[in-house]
Amino acid sequence: MADQLNISVDCVATAKGPCYRRCAALILALFMCFFVHSSSASGQNKNSCVECHASLEGRFGDPARTIHDDVHLSRGLSCNDCHGGDPNVYDQFAAKDPRKGYLGRPRTADIPAFCGKCHNDASFMKKYNPSLRVDQEKEYLSSVHGQLLRTGNQKVATCISCHGVHGIRGVSDPLASVYPSNVAETCAKCHGKSDYMSDFKIPTDQYEKYKVSVHAKALYDRQDLSAPTCNDCHGNHGAAPPGIASVANVCGQCHVRQGELFQASPHKLVFDNLQYSECIKCHNNHDIAAPTDDLIGTGPNSICITCHSEGDKGFIAAREMRARLDELQAGIGRSIEILDRAERAGMEVSRPKFDLREATDALTHARVLIHTSSTAEVDKLAVPGLEVAAKTYQAGIGALAELSFRRKGLVVSLFFIIFLAGLVYLKIRQLESKNLVGEK
Amino acid sequence: MSLDQIRIWLDERLSLGSVSEIARKKEVPVHRHSIWYYFGGMTLFLFTVQVVTGILLLLYYRPSAENAFESVQFIMTEVKFGWLIRSIHSWSANLMIATLFIHMFSVFFMRAYNKPRELTWLSGVGLLFISIAFGFSGYLLPWNEVSFFATKVGTDIAGVVPVIGHSMLRFLRGGDEVTGATLTRFFGFHVAVLPALATVFIGVHVLLVQLHGMHVPRRYEHNHGYMKFFPNFFLRDLIGWILAIGVLAALAALFPWELGVKADPFAPAPAGIKPEWYFLFMFQTLKYIPARILGIEGEVLGILAFMLGGLVWVVIPFINREPEQRRRILIFNVFGVFVVLYIVVMTIVGYLA
Repeated sequence: MADQLNISVDCVATAKGPCYRRCAALILALFMCFFVHSSSASGQNKNSCVECHASLEGRFGDPARTIHDDVHLSRGLSCNDCHGGDPNVYDQFAAKDPRKGYLGRPRTADIPAFCGKCHNDASFMKKYNPSLRVDQEKEYLSSVHGQLLRTGNQKVATCISCHGVHGIRGVSDPLASVYPSNVAETCAKCHGKSDYMSDFKIPTDQYEKYKVSVHAKALYDRQDLSAPTCNDCHGNHGAAPPGIASVANVCGQCHVRQGELFQASPHKLVFDNLQYSECIKCHNNHDIAAPTDDLIGTGPNSICITCHSEGDKGFIAAREMRARLDELQAGIGRSIEILDRAERAGMEVSRPKFDLREATDALTHARVLIHTSSTAEVDKLAVPGLEVAAKTYQAGIGALAELSFRRKGLVVSLFFIIFLAGLVYLKIRQLESKNLVGEK
Repeated sequence: MSLDQIRIWLDERLSLGSVSEIARKKEVPVHRHSIWYYFGGMTLFLFTVQVVTGILLLLYYRPSAENAFESVQFIMTEVKFGWLIRSIHSWSANLMIATLFIHMFSVFFMRAYNKPRELTWLSGVGLLFISIAFGFSGYLLPWNEVSFFATKVGTDIAGVVPVIGHSMLRFLRGGDEVTGATLTRFFGFHVAVLPALATVFIGVHVLLVQLHGMHVPRRYEHNHGYMKFFPNFFLRDLIGWILAIGVLAALAALFPWELGVKADPFAPAPAGIKPEWYFLFMFQTLKYIPARILGIEGEVLGILAFMLGGLVWVVIPFINREPEQRRRILIFNVFGVFVVLYIVVMTIVGYLA
């Protein structure tokens, strides 16, 4: 009993609160252990870890309260599969017997290996989730988090910082802390706290900036789960900030065409020489706004003029490219306006409206082609786009002309129709003046 | 060969003389409510417009899910005056239903269905159902978004009918869903089955009208005039038809019938899908009926009620055997006014909803 008491005291030694509360909790725990043990003598799938911890307050009780949401539990794993010990016995010493592999709570530095015990084992993982990768620990150790952990830093994120401890949910569970729409918030739990991050000397405004970005709008407003969040650019287990050389590759994962065009453009060499972070230089990193045509050209909001000045080749190219985009945009706008007008008047213009999509597509692609920094390349799409816009505009003009023709035609036909009706009326009068209507 | 010789040649073979004798003798009563006599002829005229414009549309229309929309688009944009033909076809269809309703209610309120005109009433109500079927089947043919989903909703409602509902739904759709098979089927109904039925019913209806002559309300039986059908009444009819052409031309030119967006069976139904206006009062009623009434599905009860209402309407001449009794006049007039008000109010509510 004395030993039992020692272990139990050890169990709750770190619990906060006055002494009598600890004693009460201890007595309650012992009572529960005894009660549960005697009532489950038949041992019908009972778990002594959960039952005992459920009776404890604070962080000792948390595992028992959150374990029900845990993906591991749902796959048939239990406390002892991670922590060792024997969940079938209700004697605390027997349950936590090191000879039964009891490991207890791992130290922060040991957590990656603790999880990796199973997650590194391909044959073991195949039984539960064959598609899951088994290199998370290795990746983690290569990450900035992992490297700092190796140096003994206890503040860095480990597996449980992102995935949680006992209520670990599957990645596809919308309530999981690592579900795409929750990732940024999860990262911000540490990266958004300036006092917590003060030792690392890195900014803490990433989450605030990300929230106003075009990517966040897609993810949160449109619920587009393919929109990038922190881990899509930085990696998840191997999280690291992309260096200057790799920024284009990171963005190019999704923006493939833009990346390729930039790599082949004259800007590539210049950016490399000047040590500019390719995409970021014009688009920023966390607070990436939806690009507008104002970014290119020589206007006050243009990015080009931050490096180019009046008269140089880049300045001229920027002005010309912007002019093409504006011209095409205006052409499309004119066509839309006239086709809408014709449509509102009841004309059938769905075909030219459909054709106009070609011009809109050309504009979209021309906007991508500005990454070549070549007016000739932009022209390859802008010129055919302008032709389509002109054609559809003509179709709109034609529709309005047809409308006018119909209205004039209507006036003429109505004249003849009324005239004819009048003639018939006169004929009736003529007939009835001779031959009066009879009466019965 | 002179014209007289042609007439004599034809007369010898077709006895045209007796036909013209009947036409010459045909008379139309003249009294305070004679105006209502014109609506039957107007409905027939608009039906003729439908036949003519429908045949013209047939020259270009292609009845398949892949081509229907594009062929109507082609008619509207490329075919010379195709827009006019299609718009007149659509407008005329709606005006025809409207004049048909007016004609039917005028017959009802003048109690023109009583003996010996019960069969004229039955053939007329048959023509009403055929016209509505024309409207329902024709609505799908452009294969646009609105028509696709309205047909889906309409056939869904038919599927709710107890016992035969599901079989009826499959028969109408040519499967479980509205597909190209439904379009082909509706096209068949619209250009072959229904015109054949309509021809028979119109034939019977017109023949019966000739047989029994125009009905004169009891109040004017002894104090009405008359006019010759040819040429007096016919010329008046002609004025109405000429003006109807004017109205149709104006509607077609000022409000061409929309084509909309091509149907996409995989797209979600757009908000605010409504059937044609003449189905709106039933559609709106079904919306107001509670989900369950006395343990029975509300929609089923609603449809059964409309079916019962339709049946009562069909057999009106057999229910009201002594229509000129003062008490019966009051009861049936109140009933008729209630039906008209119900249809008008629910149609307006449905339109504004």
